[in-house]
Amino acid sequence: MKTKKKINSNNLLIMITIIMFIVMYAIGCFVYAGKGFAHVQTFLNLFITNAGLICVACGMTCVMLTGGIDISVGSLIAMDCMILAHGMGVQGWPCIPTIILILVIGVIFGLVQGFLIGYLNIQPFITTMAGMFFARGMTAVICTDQLSITQEQNALFYSWANAKIYLPAFLGYTNNKGKVMTPYVRPTVIIALLVVVVIFIVLKYTKFGRSIYAVGGNETSATMMGLNVKRTKLFAYILSSFLCSIGGICYCLNTMSGSVQQAKGFEMDAIASSVIGGTRLTGGVVNVIGSRFGVMINGTINTLVTTNGKLLSSWANIATAALLCFFIILQSVFAYFKNRNN
Amino acid sequence: MENDELITMRDITKTFPGVIALDHAQLTLRKGEIHALMGENGAGKSTIIKCLTGVYDRDSGEVHMEGVEGNINCHSTEDAQKIGIATVYQEVNLCPNLTVAENLFIGREPRTKAGFIDWKQMNRNAKKVMDGLEISIDVTQTLENYSIAIQQMVAIARAVDRDCRALILDEPTSSLDDKEVEKLFRVMRQLRDKGVGIIFVTHFLEQVYEVCDRITVMRNGAFVGEYTVAELPRVKLVAAMLGKDFDDLAAIKNETMASADGEVLLVCDGMSHKGTIKPFNFKIRKGEVVGITGLLGSGRSEMVRCIYGADKSQSGKETMKGEELKIKAPIDSIRKGMGYLPDDRKADGCIGDLSVRENIILALQARQGMFHTIPRAKQNEIADEFIRELSIKTPSRETALKQLSGGNQQKVIIARWLATHPDLLILDEPTRGIDIGTKTEIQKMILKLAGEGMSVIFISSEIEEMLRTCSRMCVMRDGEKVGEIDHELTQENVMKAIAGGDN
Repeated sequence: MKTKKKINSNNLLIMITIIMFIVMYAIGCFVYAGKGFAHVQTFLNLFITNAGLICVACGMTCVMLTGGIDISVGSLIAMDCMILAHGMGVQGWPCIPTIILILVIGVIFGLVQGFLIGYLNIQPFITTMAGMFFARGMTAVICTDQLSITQEQNALFYSWANAKIYLPAFLGYTNNKGKVMTPYVRPTVIIALLVVVVIFIVLKYTKFGRSIYAVGGNETSATMMGLNVKRTKLFAYILSSFLCSIGGICYCLNTMSGSVQQAKGFEMDAIASSVIGGTRLTGGVVNVIGSRFGVMINGTINTLVTTNGKLLSSWANIATAALLCFFIILQSVFAYFKNRNN
Repeated sequence: MENDELITMRDITKTFPGVIALDHAQLTLRKGEIHALMGENGAGKSTIIKCLTGVYDRDSGEVHMEGVEGNINCHSTEDAQKIGIATVYQEVNLCPNLTVAENLFIGREPRTKAGFIDWKQMNRNAKKVMDGLEISIDVTQTLENYSIAIQQMVAIARAVDRDCRALILDEPTSSLDDKEVEKLFRVMRQLRDKGVGIIFVTHFLEQVYEVCDRITVMRNGAFVGEYTVAELPRVKLVAAMLGKDFDDLAAIKNETMASADGEVLLVCDGMSHKGTIKPFNFKIRKGEVVGITGLLGSGRSEMVRCIYGADKSQSGKETMKGEELKIKAPIDSIRKGMGYLPDDRKADGCIGDLSVRENIILALQARQGMFHTIPRAKQNEIADEFIRELSIKTPSRETALKQLSGGNQQKVIIARWLATHPDLLILDEPTRGIDIGTKTEIQKMILKLAGEGMSVIFISSEIEEMLRTCSRMCVMRDGEKVGEIDHELTQENVMKAIAGGDN
């Protein structure tokens, strides 16, 4: 049975996001043609730099879908990186157990936050703010220095960080020395894309995923319809922190370091990406694919600003602010027309 | 008879802090019947239903259901659903952001072999269910795209599609139009014929007599009686709900003089508000007190809200002192000389954290605009005047309003409107929940104001109170103004008019 889907306002928002991304990137290609913007590698770098953010934004999306928010993610990433750097670098822990430890920490972290929010009904903002301070503080308690992970300290982790997965050579270009540069991605990109696909399936095709939607749509109704709202919230926050830990590992693979100041404001990037990607702050409406494009737009803005070279990097923030306003206003306008039609 | 009983509730008692919501109430639902649960506001209809469906835990009492062992005690709607009790509430309890199909099947979605949700199957099933109710809509659209009426039907479809033996409909028709109500009734009858017991809570008398088999009447948290529809004519039903017997209907002398010759102040011609009040005509003269009567939900408040502009009128016109009014928002009608005391003073009128003086001055200040502050000395003078005039019991004029008793809060809100010297004062249930002494004072005050030339529209659930104060009464039924009584204002006549119908 094939049913024609009308384009509703939510889909329209995502279309706008995607079109905006394409337009922005096209402008970049045109204006900075000489600086390699049009190379496939530049595009792939967007994924490489933002692999962590994509994972985190996926988790954030799930939480925002319930009508909540998770502002602990930036600090949690810093803590993850610090544990990785300190554990493998200073203590000499082996690679795989340390990574498992990070994932377990993520689950426990989410369990505590989710319990407070779901079962004790504490405001998500307050709860995750406590989580934010805790994780940031813990990072400093572990070590206040900036630590790096070197090849000597952990060869396996190092090899992952530097692994290149090559794409077909015809996508590449020949540089000015006559060498063919084959475009590549890092393993982190594969992880991030996998996360997107899995979360997409979870949200669309599992009972848990639909429960998240229902809770975001109307909590009272969800209860009345016999769904377990508390448990749904608990799992949403566990999922967020777990994905945040995966994101933290990706982030660490990119930076190969841990420091107290790392990933500051990361939670805001994740929220901004979700909103630009069509997530409604009041919950209930979301698109994982949209969130991914949100991340990409954010990344493109940053790339544009850095490629220019002359602009202050803070211009990227201002551009993000403008975009956020644009999308929030767009959401209100759509909501207004919808109400008027009804 | 005994064997027919599906659900029996006996001696149900439920107290909330300071209130006895249910006092040894009872309810019996039989298989294959539509059972109306009637009663005025605060009668305990919702409470007894919530005790049955597990929203509240009862303090004491027994609930038995055919086929279920022992004394049933549901602790959640889920528990109730498991033994076959489904509920549809007045507010649609569905998720607007999900599709119609999902709303029907969430929590029990069909799965593919791999354990994922089978969307195709779900949409097919949903289509079948909605077709069964003869509602053809695109089930893959999100619910928010549909009207409240359709949403309500989806909620009913959801309840019906589950294996339910008892269906509770808590005022499901208040947002439906006649055609949709008819559709709903057809479904209800269909279910009754299948042996489902239906409890139907409604304020609409017509609907009770159209579709129900039996009626249970409740009043003040207690069981009044159970009747078959045939043995309870409308007037008796109204009397049972209001707690009046015709025997003790001592005619109360109407002391007010109908000032039928005063100049006309306000004329409403064909005003209406979609979904709440059908087009009505209304006229009030200077110095006249007009009552609006009817059962709760009959459109009393809706009518005055429409006149005042709290709900924007969608048709007809409104003329005041010969000048046509264009009211976009209440501030316009305040400027034209209207005052409105809403029925829910906690939600709509009282600002508890502000002082008595500030509350009194509020409407006057609003009319003057925020940049023309009333001088403090003048404010004090006005406040003191009304505190004295209405004998408001307050330690001082600067006391926070929330520290006053309910009756005195009400007087403060009345003072707020009197301060604006309105030509027309609308009082919606000004005496609800306050003691007898204050009630009498407010009634006296209304008569005094009318004597001074102010026109008053007065709404009250207590008929005697209106008989004592009003010179004319408009009768509302099912969202429509059905008549006016301007002579022989007696309790019996009023009740007959409220009940309507042939008897």
